[in-house]
Amino acid sequence: MTVYSNCHVITFNYRQSGIMERIYLDNNATTIVDPAVRDTMEPFYCHMYGNPNSLHLFGIEVRPYLHQAMEQLYSGIGASDADDIIINSCATEGNNTVILGFYFNLLKDTRKKHIITTQLEHPCVRESCRFLERHGVKVTYLAPDRDGLITAKMVKDAITDQTALVSVMWANNETGIILPIEEISKVCKEQGVYLHSDAVQAIGKVKVDLQKVRVDFLTFSAHKFHGPKGVGGLYIRDGLNLPPLLHGGEQMGGHRAGTVNVAGTVAMGKAIELANASLDFENREVRRLRDKLEDALLKNADVLVVGKRELRTPNTLYVSIRGVEGESMIWDLNQNGIAASTGSACASESLEASPILTAIGADRELAHTGVRFSLSRFTTEKEIDITIEVANKAIERLRQLSTSY
Amino acid sequence: MAKSDLIGGELWEQYSQRVADRMNNPRNFGELTESDAQKLGGRLVIADEGAESCGDTVRLFWIVDEKTNIIKKATFKSFGCGTAIAATDMMAEMCIGRTVDEAAKITNLEVEHALRDQEDVAAVPPQKMHCSVMAYEVIKRATSIYRNVDISTLAETDIVCECARVSLQTIEDAIRINDLKTVQEITDYTKAGAFCKSCIQPGGHEKRDIYIVDILARVRAEIERERNPHRTLSAEFAKLSVIKQFKAIESVLDEHIRPVLARDGGGIELEDIQPGENGIINVHIRYQGSCKGCAGNVAGTLSFVEQTLQKNLSENIRGVVV
Repeated sequence: MTVYSNCHVITFNYRQSGIMERIYLDNNATTIVDPAVRDTMEPFYCHMYGNPNSLHLFGIEVRPYLHQAMEQLYSGIGASDADDIIINSCATEGNNTVILGFYFNLLKDTRKKHIITTQLEHPCVRESCRFLERHGVKVTYLAPDRDGLITAKMVKDAITDQTALVSVMWANNETGIILPIEEISKVCKEQGVYLHSDAVQAIGKVKVDLQKVRVDFLTFSAHKFHGPKGVGGLYIRDGLNLPPLLHGGEQMGGHRAGTVNVAGTVAMGKAIELANASLDFENREVRRLRDKLEDALLKNADVLVVGKRELRTPNTLYVSIRGVEGESMIWDLNQNGIAASTGSACASESLEASPILTAIGADRELAHTGVRFSLSRFTTEKEIDITIEVANKAIERLRQLSTSY
Repeated sequence: MAKSDLIGGELWEQYSQRVADRMNNPRNFGELTESDAQKLGGRLVIADEGAESCGDTVRLFWIVDEKTNIIKKATFKSFGCGTAIAATDMMAEMCIGRTVDEAAKITNLEVEHALRDQEDVAAVPPQKMHCSVMAYEVIKRATSIYRNVDISTLAETDIVCECARVSLQTIEDAIRINDLKTVQEITDYTKAGAFCKSCIQPGGHEKRDIYIVDILARVRAEIERERNPHRTLSAEFAKLSVIKQFKAIESVLDEHIRPVLARDGGGIELEDIQPGENGIINVHIRYQGSCKGCAGNVAGTLSFVEQTLQKNLSENIRGVVV
């Protein structure tokens, strides 16, 4: 096994720099589990470990906690009691369930063979659509405008009498850009087309209230809002039906077979409650820290931020630093204990630039110079101050090295 | 896929300590100027190389002693990822003390080897091998500037895989000698296509002149043809226009048949070509000279003519004496 032989590279060289704490600014990738959430999970491992589908006392004792979690999830996204929220493993599963389910329920046997989605979507939506294309489904991938937005008009113009489903994310993971789901939902309702939205990056950052915005299917994942990994949810509006992706037992009313992840579900319920309770804080404090970092970075010459500030989730900053290659930048940050991410081609396994940045196409260099900082309610002012200092030093060093600056 | 491939995401863990060190503290970065060159008594060479699709660019500075052609100092600047910076730094160091011609022979594989901590552990993960290719190309560029020759005269011919430096000839030989049938087999035998994968087929990270899938298809077709000449010939002959079929038959008659018949004072003329059932091609011939009226021409001579045409053109040919 040679894979881990060079592990010493990441043995936290930042300790040598005198900064003793790690700083996590990659919250759009995943988040720390809120300690309060962790506490709610704990009893379900060694004490209340019953299968909720069991009749006996071990099953009986866990069910109230699951009912409570369902209450938290329904009120968390504004679902009505008649709607379904299927607990599953992640948003990738939810998105696959919706898109593949549409194929088996509708597209396969009728003349409606068209799906509209966007070039901004997460790979799980994009690749599910690609898969259906191989089975005769026609897919339109809407390109964003210069602001990184998909407008309701774009959706409307793309709808034909064959369109069955529109799938548009609520907020973009790379740039934080919030899409006009409310307007898109009106267009879809008016045109009689179903709407699915991947809300992974929206929950906990902006208000997701399905009483106000009508969508037919909505997906989310607990680990993006300080819940654990491996648990997510799929909302299905009242009266709609999707065939299960996983066949088997009667769990989740037959919508999703497999023993329910009790600890995960309880945790997700708690996490969404805390996330919604923190929305004000997120939009005030997290936004203030994000803006502080953004303003500080913008003081350097030739730095540009993707997406208008008011159109972005409050925690996300995607910045292009001219002359500084993205992987180099996050390397230098990492050397100082700071975690951020890049859409740079050089940092991906395939050496391909993020398709989202290519889609926005604002600046050719963007695909190579982009660095994403994503904060959370656990980010502190001190962390942002350190990050500003380290980032400025990294920019200076890498620009000295650079041919193109 | 296998146990070690399923988790993924490993990139930096696979950089050697030497790569990390040079990324953090490159020894040879910066610019050299005419006044530096004067001080060292050499000529300044500045070369730029950049791959648009990759987003990496590199600039190499040399000061070369024009009497000995020895590179006295080398520095670089780079817009690139950690691997590109580390590889270029190592490459610049490897140039120092060598003659320009010696430096021009440095390959990205040598640079990668010099960056290893342990002899048998690669310095960078497979997909990052690509990032060291530019460090190699910029040396070629600097050499062409110093020598004042066109860079194409220095380029090695027919390199299919830049990352592993595998030539067309090597790949063709590997397919033939080992009877390879898949791209994976070619990669296993030659390392071509093991790194950035651009050279495997169109649509990869970088556009290439020649792709492994095409080489494989061509060489396999050649191998099949050699093993089974008749079948392939038949298919090709059937596709020809009647005029070309006519000419091809005429040339076989001239080359292989008429000289034999002429020894006995005979001759042969091609009269017509008629398609028959099941792909059969009826070649109508007329005997001349002593062949005419010879008792043997129906059996012996016709069989000779027919077999010769079949062997050279198509096994579907049938001779018909008019």
